[in-house]
Amino acid sequence: MATVEIRNVRKAFGPVEVLHGVSVDIADGEFVVLVGPSGCGKSTLLRMLAGLENITAGEIAIGGKVVNAVPPKDRDIAMVFQNYALYPHMTVFDNMAFSLTLAKAPRSVMEQEVGRAAKILGLEQLLHRFPRQLSGGQRQRVAMGRAIVRNPQVFLFDEPLSNLDAKLRVQMRAEIKELHQRLKVTTVYVTHDQIEAMTMADKIVVMNNGHIEQAGRPLDLYDKPANLFVAGFIGSPAMNMVKGIVTGGRLRMDDGTEWPLPVNGSKPKEGPAIYGVRPEHLQLDSGGIPATVQVVEPTGSETQVLMRIGGQPVIGAFRERVSAKPGEILPVRPDTALVHLFDQQSGMRL
Amino acid sequence: MTVATMTDWTRARPQPGWLARLFDYKPFLVVACLFPAIGLLTVFLTYPLGLGLWLSFTDTKIGRTGQWVGWDNFEYLMEDPQFWSAVFYSVFYTAVATFGKFALGLWLALLLNNHVPFKSLLRAIILLPWIVPTVLSALAFWWLYDPQFSIFSYLAVDVLGIREKPFDFLSTTWPARWSLIAANIWRGIPFVAISLLAGLQTISPSLYEAALLDGSTAWQRFRYITFPLLLPILAIVMTFSIIFTFTDFQLVYAITRGGPINSTHLMATLAFQRGIAGGELGEGAAIAVSMIPFLVVATLFSYFALARRKWQQGEAND
Repeated sequence: MATVEIRNVRKAFGPVEVLHGVSVDIADGEFVVLVGPSGCGKSTLLRMLAGLENITAGEIAIGGKVVNAVPPKDRDIAMVFQNYALYPHMTVFDNMAFSLTLAKAPRSVMEQEVGRAAKILGLEQLLHRFPRQLSGGQRQRVAMGRAIVRNPQVFLFDEPLSNLDAKLRVQMRAEIKELHQRLKVTTVYVTHDQIEAMTMADKIVVMNNGHIEQAGRPLDLYDKPANLFVAGFIGSPAMNMVKGIVTGGRLRMDDGTEWPLPVNGSKPKEGPAIYGVRPEHLQLDSGGIPATVQVVEPTGSETQVLMRIGGQPVIGAFRERVSAKPGEILPVRPDTALVHLFDQQSGMRL
Repeated sequence: MTVATMTDWTRARPQPGWLARLFDYKPFLVVACLFPAIGLLTVFLTYPLGLGLWLSFTDTKIGRTGQWVGWDNFEYLMEDPQFWSAVFYSVFYTAVATFGKFALGLWLALLLNNHVPFKSLLRAIILLPWIVPTVLSALAFWWLYDPQFSIFSYLAVDVLGIREKPFDFLSTTWPARWSLIAANIWRGIPFVAISLLAGLQTISPSLYEAALLDGSTAWQRFRYITFPLLLPILAIVMTFSIIFTFTDFQLVYAITRGGPINSTHLMATLAFQRGIAGGELGEGAAIAVSMIPFLVVATLFSYFALARRKWQQGEAND
């Protein structure tokens, strides 16, 4: 187990810089999720941590030791790949024991180590099978087993669940989290799925275009997004963003519709702003803002309603069962303790 | 004359013509589709093979219809040292040339699978020996191996001065045999290299990355990842290569014509020499037919020993 420090790391492929100075501190035993849209540089950062890409500038330290020039095999890390990267011509046992085979470990050690990992992951019955003969979830477990056998200081996961179907993904998500709680190994996990990030992480690092937008505990990111990008990325359905002008303690839209300002912050200065309210923080209230219903989507536990207010689309997620027809007017009221205000120009939280 | 009311009217089903109905008739369709392939195979494969087999059991000569002579031709060949010399050289030629082609071809494929500058140009250059007609490249080698005008001799004797006399490539038994093998390797490398390169490119790069993190050295990655995963393609390419090499004719016939003193005859060139040049069609055919068991063994070996791998099959049982 070890800490990981990423200090002002840059990566350029030829003239194209994809990471523009990224710094992350990861505590010993912490589960950190790098999340962001495709092409934001999160996988590149993980591969640099693994030693599969070299570091253009900056420093990466594992366990207090700078590893910029250390080859992958000496970094004491194990990685689970998106496509699992199981050796197709080896049985599950041989796959898991491969690092020990390379290190010329005696057979008894292999059996003991592989047996331990197989027991943790429930793979005992599958050790003689080939990867082809396994289901997606089983392959995923073998890939993790191979990492566990390494007994590394840091686990790296590169979008490990994206090849699984939705149900299995939820199950494996819980398994990975449980595994981390049991082994307490420092883990860096890359995903583009904000729900995975929210449910698994001790700390989320939201990345976009080679920058870190915000890093922090999952609920902090949800409650206090630092900017519009994080606000829109974390949470599902995504936060509603309403454009308007702050004037007289209200936010006024072009058509004159007015929204109440957040009650928690200091008094914001007057001028153009973006008003952020999560769908789940809109309530049905007869005295609320009138919204024109467009689409009603009942999910069972809640009802999502796509509406228009002042010509702008707004989604509401209500615990009540809404039976409104398209075209009807539904009055909604934002929970002013939970709404956000952002600067229109910079996108930063006001 | 009655007029159909609207409710009675139904859209007339189009009646297919006799041709359309004929093509809908399955037995006819099967025969029609198979005919071109069967026809070509019969005319160009089955008939020559059958004729060859038939000839090998007759004493046919050019210009004279033969009589059935049973195993006479083969019994004669069993006693013929020249035939056995050709068998030996065919096997030796195939074994050494195949080894050389695969060693160099695999090396080239591994090289080209890396990021090298001018990759596509290099690939095109490597394919050249294969594109050039064999007879043309054989002529080139004939010049390279010429006792007087060989460029190698010129370099060694006149330029570098490390030899007194020109090289003797083709005028004695073993140098001639090795020279032909070298020419065959040169010609066979592109096929092997390009096929194996295609095979290498099917291996997922993440396997190498996983192996890198597992602590492998470059040799271990070759030994545990590249080689086993390349083996199925290697087996197929090797089967083809063995067949092509064993049945080689053009290179030998163009460069040495089987000489000196018949020492470089392959079974194919000897068959041609006896059958066409010598006019003994029956005997030539018998030599050619004698190649079949060797080819069958080579094919079966590749097929059973190398091509099928359990890990390639998807069944859940084992």
